[in-house]
Amino acid sequence: MAKLVAVIASTHHPFYYRASTAPPEERPPFADAWVTKIAAFRETLTRVNPDVLVMVGSDHFHQLWLDNMPQFLIGKAPFYDANFYNEEREFGLPRMLLRGQEDLSAHILREGLDAGFDLAFSNELRIDHSVTCPIITLRPEADLPIVPVYTNIFAPPLPRPKRFVELGRTIRQLVESWPSDKRVAVIGTGHLSLELGGPRQFGPHGPDPVFDRKAVEWIASGDIEGCLSEVTLDSLWEPGNATHGFMDFMLMMGVAGEGAKADYVDTLDLFHTMEAYFTWYPNGVTA
Amino acid sequence: MSRYLVDKFLFTVDRDPELVERYREDPRGTVEWWEAERANLLLNCHPGEASTWLRFEDAEREALAAHDYVRLFELGAHPFLTLTLFIAMFERDYDEPLAFQKEYGMRLQHFSLPYPDITT
Repeated sequence: MAKLVAVIASTHHPFYYRASTAPPEERPPFADAWVTKIAAFRETLTRVNPDVLVMVGSDHFHQLWLDNMPQFLIGKAPFYDANFYNEEREFGLPRMLLRGQEDLSAHILREGLDAGFDLAFSNELRIDHSVTCPIITLRPEADLPIVPVYTNIFAPPLPRPKRFVELGRTIRQLVESWPSDKRVAVIGTGHLSLELGGPRQFGPHGPDPVFDRKAVEWIASGDIEGCLSEVTLDSLWEPGNATHGFMDFMLMMGVAGEGAKADYVDTLDLFHTMEAYFTWYPNGVTA
Repeated sequence: MSRYLVDKFLFTVDRDPELVERYREDPRGTVEWWEAERANLLLNCHPGEASTWLRFEDAEREALAAHDYVRLFELGAHPFLTLTLFIAMFERDYDEPLAFQKEYGMRLQHFSLPYPDITT
């Protein structure tokens, strides 16, 4: 069976690419510290030599639209083009092309349906910065095949937080039951507190540093129960109007498991939002 | 209430570089043209299979025609769609990085939780 070699949860900050690639005189003052942190975070993936990446993210109204909106969707295609015109325009993100791991997509779809998740699928999916940001930070060679997993954290009505955790648990089981000798990393990105298009946007810090501290503690300690006892669809409006993206972190806590302490934890307080990086090694770092 | 249609306008304009410029330069004309010619197109279907019933309410049409992102927020337009499109149109008019985004937030300061419902 396949081996789950790393579980990684991260924020996806679309400005990292530009901040880290601009000429020195155009770089923001925080860029060097950010690049240093990302380099250390990247090493947590590199060291386990993955063959395949399962990438959990959320389409930001790029391909998926309100006339036909899936709650959870698995990409199943041999290739995925990536990044959209408005992401080039606003963030300077490059066009990319990633290979797909179709047999793992098929396995997750078949077994996921049988496990009680009515997963949607796409045979022609263009992926956006929720997936390409972690490729850029964690695997800039973009050389590994992926399985995209998209969640709806954006267009209400949304699935409840518990459903995200349950899907994470199921994804872990499905990866570990995949008849393959591949080494798989599951990487998911979301947000801590975040406000977009509202009165609290683009402040000197994230809109709710108290929530951010709590969230980092829940994730780092694997405290799924504590997190679920406080986080609801309604409560997530309080820290910021785009904070439902935190549910992708909850999905990743489901992948890592109840009580699973992260082996690597780092944060970076930036304007607008706090960055947070977590890695777990379910089978040990030498597995 | 046709919140969905307001979002559809923002979504379809934002993804099209020519429409972004057209909406910036001629907001009222673009909104009228879009409502007449584009509002009923099913995005994933042949044009012959268009819908027949979608139209803006007067307040929505006026908010879009006036580039009034504060009013759009109040009407429950999806804040991500509004923000993204308005950055594309107006960030260029400001000298300092993020100056437009900060002004945008300031102009919404009178809103407190719960914000207007964005459910479609």
